[in-house]
Amino acid sequence: MIYILTHYWSELIQGLGYTLLSSIIALIFSTIIGTMFAIFEVLPSRTMRIIGRIYIEIFRNIPLLVIAMFFYVLIPMYVAKIDGFTAGTIGLTIYTSSFIAETVRSGINSVDPGQMEGARANGMTYWQAMSKIVLPQAFKLVIPPLGNQFINLVKNSSVLAFVAGFDLMYQGNSIASLSLDTINSYMVVGVFYLIITLPLSYYMRHLEKRLAN
Amino acid sequence: MKKFKRYIGLLGLVSMLAIVLSACGSRQSLSKQDVLTNDKASNTITWGVKADTKLFGLMDVSDNTIKGFDVDIAKALTKKILGKNGKAKFVQVTSQTRIPLLKNGNIDAIIATMTITPEREKQVDFSDSYFDAGQSLLVKNSSNIKSVKDLNKTGTKVIGVTGANSVANIKKYAPKAKVLELSDYAQAMTALKSGQGAALTTDNGILYGMAAQNKGYKVVGGTFTKEPYGIALNKGQQPMQKAINKALKEIEADGTYNRILKKWFGNVKGFDYKEAAR
Amino acid sequence: MQNFIDAYSWVNIRFLLEGLWVTVEVSIVSIIASFIIGSVLGVLRYVKIKYLSAIVGFIVDIIRNLPLMLIIFFTYFGLPHLGFKPGILFATILAMTIFESAMLAEIVRAGILAVDYGQMEGARANGMSYVQALWHIVFPQAVKKTIPTIVSQFISLIKDTSLATIIVLPELLNHAQIIYGQNSAYIIPMFVMVAFMYFVICYALSVLSRVLDKKLA
Repeated sequence: MIYILTHYWSELIQGLGYTLLSSIIALIFSTIIGTMFAIFEVLPSRTMRIIGRIYIEIFRNIPLLVIAMFFYVLIPMYVAKIDGFTAGTIGLTIYTSSFIAETVRSGINSVDPGQMEGARANGMTYWQAMSKIVLPQAFKLVIPPLGNQFINLVKNSSVLAFVAGFDLMYQGNSIASLSLDTINSYMVVGVFYLIITLPLSYYMRHLEKRLAN
Repeated sequence: MKKFKRYIGLLGLVSMLAIVLSACGSRQSLSKQDVLTNDKASNTITWGVKADTKLFGLMDVSDNTIKGFDVDIAKALTKKILGKNGKAKFVQVTSQTRIPLLKNGNIDAIIATMTITPEREKQVDFSDSYFDAGQSLLVKNSSNIKSVKDLNKTGTKVIGVTGANSVANIKKYAPKAKVLELSDYAQAMTALKSGQGAALTTDNGILYGMAAQNKGYKVVGGTFTKEPYGIALNKGQQPMQKAINKALKEIEADGTYNRILKKWFGNVKGFDYKEAAR
Repeated sequence: MQNFIDAYSWVNIRFLLEGLWVTVEVSIVSIIASFIIGSVLGVLRYVKIKYLSAIVGFIVDIIRNLPLMLIIFFTYFGLPHLGFKPGILFATILAMTIFESAMLAEIVRAGILAVDYGQMEGARANGMSYVQALWHIVFPQAVKKTIPTIVSQFISLIKDTSLATIIVLPELLNHAQIIYGQNSAYIIPMFVMVAFMYFVICYALSVLSRVLDKKLA
């Protein structure tokens, strides 16, 4: 293990960087896209609700790996030249956004509908009431689930390994076959993942407890 | 601060656990049994073969069996080692999974387009070479790349497969190029098609198979390395190694080898099978 | 369009269905095993037996926080070092079961915590032992409450079996890769078909969970 750490330190750090970068980018964009589709789902318009529903159901029910590989092949062929890291991160964003949409929607639904009515009675438009009154309260409710989504993102970003995304898992595969020391290589990679995810998950549990009280 | 200390303590515990487990892992207790004796008793040899590599080992979708040069050689060797009724069992491997599977004893031997290299010889033993390949490049017909030298530019991306010797070689021959490692040849070809890299590099035999399957792609640059393929065995399996080498000589002497070579490489454009005949 | 028609020949579809069968097989066995083990672990974490609960909690946390792909590597490449040599199917089922049990343990624990503590006290006041109350009163309610979460975890499990393509488990995605690896005109038709097959199974399960949830509520 020590051997792997010292010999492949720069690869591991690079992998850690790409894993974190991909997870953070995907978290930001999937939160934005997810919130957008969550709002679609609570809009009075039936068409928008159906669009929101279809988006969420499609990307929730297809494996992330299939989505990421599809983008890796499809986008460069028809749309734009992108590399594995970008394609993987786009896949990760879209996949995660469907879960975040579901979370945010339940957050919005659990905000008392009286608040919306009250705000509108006071002369606010629907969008003003949504963005100033309802969403801030909904977000407070969904912070712990969003934190857990981030942990999932870090773990799920390992699919970048399939599309040459230079993340931690990709480096792990590469190191394992270069050093021919499979178990120790993956052991080191495991510790690197835990360094990110374990403190986060304890912090999220702590936060949940605090918010529950 | 107290919490911070707890996290550090926890991470320390995790690392300790990992070190203890890895210490267990490095214990060499594996496959100390004699493979040849076991295989003779069960009348079966389990070979690790590729299933995504045309000409060498490719899954036939219509009957779910793997077919190719490696597979036929393995069958012929099995017959020589175990007798006419000897059974050859095939397990799909990739460049990434073959060595761990061999060391774990899931397979008895690897016959999967595997180059004999000094690094690998530290981990496994090889038979005599059974095929002489050389590394080459596969590019689009319209590409300007003519040889490996053209790849040695910053920003050029070259596609390879994790665990393949060709990936290590390209880092030597074109150090400025960036190597993208995919999990197997099917994924690598898909990546080349979608324009993820300027060229796909691996051994010429494999590339000729790919060029035959995919219109609009050609093999260029000749061979810039020598890649003798060997059958890999675990360390300490000298009886099996001897048996395989003896069987190899036998199939070369009685014409079986040349027949198999002709069957797979007889009609491959750009490959002179007569030169490779033994 | 012609690519789609050619790609969906009976030979290819049959090959995909063979892969789908492996996916279903792995999923069903792992779902059953991880539900049982996950429930036991979840209860163990809840009841607070000295040391045991802490150790269980620690191990569950480690597993939950690792990518599933690593756990697959550990069961397939690592276990033989400890003297146990699983085949590829078994190694995958084992990895899925270990990972999903840890995820379920957390869900079940949270579910038990959410069941009103008064229920436990009431049951005990009526003469039930602690274990009886837990088993007959609290646990069934906890499961009922968490059905949507548990089912969505199972849907994740089904989707995650696709990761085993990296160790060449002959499952759905792997079979699709083999087909388009031999004819790259089939790449898009194969991805569409694979996505469709996963979608049908997972969506059916999520509809079932909603129906179940409504019936029990």
